[in-house]
Amino acid sequence: MFAPQFDYYRASSVAEAAALLEQHPDSKVLAGGHSLIPVLKLRLAAPSALIDIGRIDGIRGIREEAGRIVIGALTTHAEIAASATLQSGATALSEAAGMIGDPAVRNRGTIGGNVAHADPASDLPAVLRCLGAEFSIAGSSGTRTVDAADFFEGLMTTAVEEHEILTSISLPSGSGGQGSAYAKFSHPASRYAVIGAAASVAVADGVCSAASVALGGLVPAPVRAEAVEDALVGKALSAGAIADAARCVGDSLDDDEVLGDVYASAEYRSAVAHVWVGRALTAAAARCG
Amino acid sequence: MTIPVSITVNGRRYDREVEPRLLLVHFIRDVLGLTGTKVGCDTSQCGSCTILLDGVSAKACTCLAVQADGASVTTIEGLAGDSELHPLQESFWNKHGLQCGYCTPGMILASHELLRCNADPSAEEIRHGLEGNMCRCTGYQNIVRAVRDAAETMQGGTS
Repeated sequence: MFAPQFDYYRASSVAEAAALLEQHPDSKVLAGGHSLIPVLKLRLAAPSALIDIGRIDGIRGIREEAGRIVIGALTTHAEIAASATLQSGATALSEAAGMIGDPAVRNRGTIGGNVAHADPASDLPAVLRCLGAEFSIAGSSGTRTVDAADFFEGLMTTAVEEHEILTSISLPSGSGGQGSAYAKFSHPASRYAVIGAAASVAVADGVCSAASVALGGLVPAPVRAEAVEDALVGKALSAGAIADAARCVGDSLDDDEVLGDVYASAEYRSAVAHVWVGRALTAAAARCG
Repeated sequence: MTIPVSITVNGRRYDREVEPRLLLVHFIRDVLGLTGTKVGCDTSQCGSCTILLDGVSAKACTCLAVQADGASVTTIEGLAGDSELHPLQESFWNKHGLQCGYCTPGMILASHELLRCNADPSAEEIRHGLEGNMCRCTGYQNIVRAVRDAAETMQGGTS
């Protein structure tokens, strides 16, 4: 498959990329290309130009800063899956990154490209919603920060404006007594999420003191399952309590919003979502050290 | 618009002018004439276009040639030494790890990545490591045996 013709500009800094985006209003940002190139080949998009940010060193890598973990937009899924900092501080994220595609895809695909594309069947948006991520977005007039609740606006739509670039994502670093996990019902061929459930729980004095649960795959943009969270806080994280709480997930899903396709109908996804929520919660609870 | 690129493939540097939309796999096959790398699904799922890009595996159907400017690419043609096959090639041959051979270049380079990350993989780890590569002939049993055999050879053991 051949993409439609486009011009190509390589940016060596965020400022240069922002300037190029201003100069070329119908352009798209290229990072690893694993979301954008398939879209171009299918001719679902036909931008006049690509602005390649893939060589900007300052927006790559994982660092800890003021109690948060900061992940550069160009960090690959392989790097996120292998990061000891994320494995201990944001387990659900490294776990989810390791479930994306396959090793060769994970070597090239980036977290920034993944979330800026905002495919509803993608894994990372639900995890970032669950873990309370903040997104740094740069434009020619400066940088702003958006939290996950406002970043994912809908189907393949984010808060990043056409002339802006997502530069980094930060997460609160997990602490003792807290654990997180991601459980995924993969499409057997594409490995995209039919249902993705991310859970983070904290335990104090033997009971759940805080819970965050987010779902992806079956909704246009990731949603928090507040009904599940509310049902869990204050209870001991027994198998029965987790199963009962997980069954509340339907209360947080809008039936008109749930996605279905030829593989898995909306009704089916709604009916089995609690299983994946339960699995994510069980794994997260087991990680509360 | 064309863009000048300089891409080293199998140790030899190539300077060419390319359209920005040219995929790396078409640069390799159609511009350089190295047809060992295959195009299968063309949607980064089947793995038959797997190459090494600066030493790590990548699917060349989902990479633009301009993104590989300045990079070093290894294709199946570059894996063997002057007079002997790479241990993975020997093992795929000896263990009958192929039938029609279409998936084999990608399968071998994905196996190269697997052994780079894990020099002594179990059969289960091999299956996970090759999850991005499909064989539509005959299944994966002999492919797994071939990779296991190569791992033992490369570690200096005997199979």
